[in-house]
Amino acid sequence: MKPGHGEVLLAEGDVHVEEDERALIEEFRRQLDQGMWAAVPTSTAGRREAEIVKAFEDVPRDAERVIFFPRAAGGAH
Amino acid sequence: MALALSATCIVIVALLWEIAWPRIEQAHERRKANRKRLPTHDYDPGRERRAEQRARQLLRSCVNDEEWAMYRDLGFIRVWGAQAEGPGAGGAPYAYLIYPHKPIVAYLPQTRELLNEYCVEFPDHTRPYGSALLPESDDVLAKWMALTGQERRLIADANMHLPGRQVDPKQVRRDLWRLGEWERERARREPRAATEGGSVPAP
Repeated sequence: MKPGHGEVLLAEGDVHVEEDERALIEEFRRQLDQGMWAAVPTSTAGRREAEIVKAFEDVPRDAERVIFFPRAAGGAH
Repeated sequence: MALALSATCIVIVALLWEIAWPRIEQAHERRKANRKRLPTHDYDPGRERRAEQRARQLLRSCVNDEEWAMYRDLGFIRVWGAQAEGPGAGGAPYAYLIYPHKPIVAYLPQTRELLNEYCVEFPDHTRPYGSALLPESDDVLAKWMALTGQERRLIADANMHLPGRQVDPKQVRRDLWRLGEWERERARREPRAATEGGSVPAP
């Protein structure tokens, strides 16, 4: 998610393909270095949640996507 | 006679030209200046609308059917609180209302008592001196992901205020009443969806 733009596709690939995985890890780290949070939407018994991940290794191998969004900050009001 | 008349006409035309010319020149200059003031950048008026449409699709793909329908119909999403030591610990569960670009409101569903407002933003840290806002549905999704994934951290990062600081308590109570009516109507219309697809209260 990018302020002013909305959803932007950053990278895609198959984690089981070494080259793809390397590219995904690189993009993951780049986003976290920019101060973004990474979340993986999950579904358990009809309940939807998000799992906040801090390292690429924490992303479930079967995750369809990782959503990056700006880190939360206290509002100015 | 004709010669005199022609000469008079020529003189009149010349005089009129003398009077009108400066005005014509001014009008021409103004027109040129206005043309120069036209924006030259590639502003796209549909960009924000398209961003919001994409954001709605993304939100819909992440939240459950009940939460999506709630947002679509009421304009906010309720998320149940999950902190063991939260305000509802050992008693009634507590919940949050997520509004786009407004503080998150915590409340006790059983009594509809408003607890706090949590003011939180998602600024673009790469542009610290002027960050654009996320599209409305992305703002709701960001709050939803942060609340369901890292409630304690989000609440710690937010600026906490008593109810009424930014969100009108009357409006929130009205929204809670609307939510109750909406849930009753939904349960009556789709009894299976209400029991199977709905969000689960915190333990």
